Amino acid sequence: MLCQNCGKNEATTHIKQIINGDMAESHLCSDCASHLGYSDMFSGFGLNLSEFFGGFLGDIKTPLSAGKSPRCPKCGTSFDEIVRDGRVGCSDCYRTFYDRLLPSIQRIHGKIKHSGKTAVTATAQPKAETKEEKIEKLKAEMNNAVAKQDFENAAKIRDEIKALEGGEGNE
Amino acid sequence: MNKWYIEKGDQGDIVLSTRIRLARNIDDYPFPAKLDVAGKNKVNSLIKSVLFENDSKDFSYIEMNNLSRIQAVSLAERHLISPEFASKSDGSALVLSEDESVSIMLCEEDHIRLQVMKAGLALEEAFDIADKLDNMLGAKLNYAFDERIGYLTQCPTNLGTAMRASVMLHLPALTRCGQMAKLANTVSKLGLTIRGAYGEGSQPKGDIYQISNQITLGITEETAIANLKSIVLQLVAQERAAAAEIIKKPAEEDKIFRALGILKYATLLSTDEFMEFISLVRLGASRSLFDISIEKINELIVSMQPATVSAANSDATNPAARDAVRAQKVREALG
Repeated sequence: MLCQNCGKNEATTHIKQIINGDMAESHLCSDCASHLGYSDMFSGFGLNLSEFFGGFLGDIKTPLSAGKSPRCPKCGTSFDEIVRDGRVGCSDCYRTFYDRLLPSIQRIHGKIKHSGKTAVTATAQPKAETKEEKIEKLKAEMNNAVAKQDFENAAKIRDEIKALEGGEGNE
Repeated sequence: MNKWYIEKGDQGDIVLSTRIRLARNIDDYPFPAKLDVAGKNKVNSLIKSVLFENDSKDFSYIEMNNLSRIQAVSLAERHLISPEFASKSDGSALVLSEDESVSIMLCEEDHIRLQVMKAGLALEEAFDIADKLDNMLGAKLNYAFDERIGYLTQCPTNLGTAMRASVMLHLPALTRCGQMAKLANTVSKLGLTIRGAYGEGSQPKGDIYQISNQITLGITEETAIANLKSIVLQLVAQERAAAAEIIKKPAEEDKIFRALGILKYATLLSTDEFMEFISLVRLGASRSLFDISIEKINELIVSMQPATVSAANSDATNPAARDAVRAQKVREALG
């Protein structure tokens, strides 16, 4: 197969990328591959993650405040810089720009409320699970049981999940 | 003593290793990208003082600018540090346990990147060790944390638990059946991501993949681990079924034995060629087509990576010399 970029040399580098869920394949010769930044596993494959994420933050629909851009009191980073670099400057940036960062945080994770270990209670006992967490855990257990072909147990767990979800409906 | 990346652990015919990575920052300092070298050194020595307070024998402390490029890349090939960290120098440091199962990158993307690695599928065990170390550090350091969005990290994609759990899998049969694209698509819908473990973003070398959790906010460590484990076990079951079918086909069986023949007698082996053939040999060995231990194959996969070959053999400085050294070592190991 010839290189898709120059069409002259034999393609020796084969690249598969998933872009927005679609698989794209490209076949390049070693010269074109290195020219396009695909040659070395340590070169980052031409995709600058920071810029990528910056773009993610940047297309927030809320208009940027006209004129002056407020800065984080601790490290001096402005919100515009966070959008540009895709990197947050310090922990206080999160506190300063909390409301403006939240929409993109939600887009990345789907959720905006932390659950799990906390820094303050790192050594204390884990807090009680919410119903949502319990259901998620049971679902994982059920998948586990299915994987092991333990369908009897899986059915039992499924009923537990149903009971929990059913309880939600009555509230 | 066998290192974690050589041993054959739980589900070891298919699962190479497990890794838990926690990202942490200290509240009083800006994140690494906003720190100059002096600032990074200050953060590093603060963390070092906590780690080495009691029994300093457990860990060694390595300043990245004391390593050659070859040594640094070799650490990345063994998955002890990230590829990005291999190119860092001033102001970055690595803390490594003697058995190399715990590595802590200081001033990588975050102040602390704590990694615990285990052979085979051992998510709970690895998390347990990481959790204890994290508690020990957290008791002395003022972690950047917000109760609404969890541990604060330089990149918002890590907010929440800031935990990345990943499992390295050898999936030659599923790859040969053309299933990987479909599987990658499916796991991405479950909040997980799967990619090549060697050569990120490219065609995975040696059919070795890394699957990890993508979402870190709004999901507990335990749930994230349970989800990942259940998917890994399903992948393992599918791979075993596909492998059992593949080795029944005379043409595929022939490929496996030919790969073994080439590895046993070749005098020059490039990395790509080696990875292609060792993958087939590993498939054959895991289905007992011949008697070669999985540990020996795992060790070869790690030690035959380019920078690791160069780091261990002073005469393997250029690619051609390296290919000759690699072929010789593989011949000796399998001969």
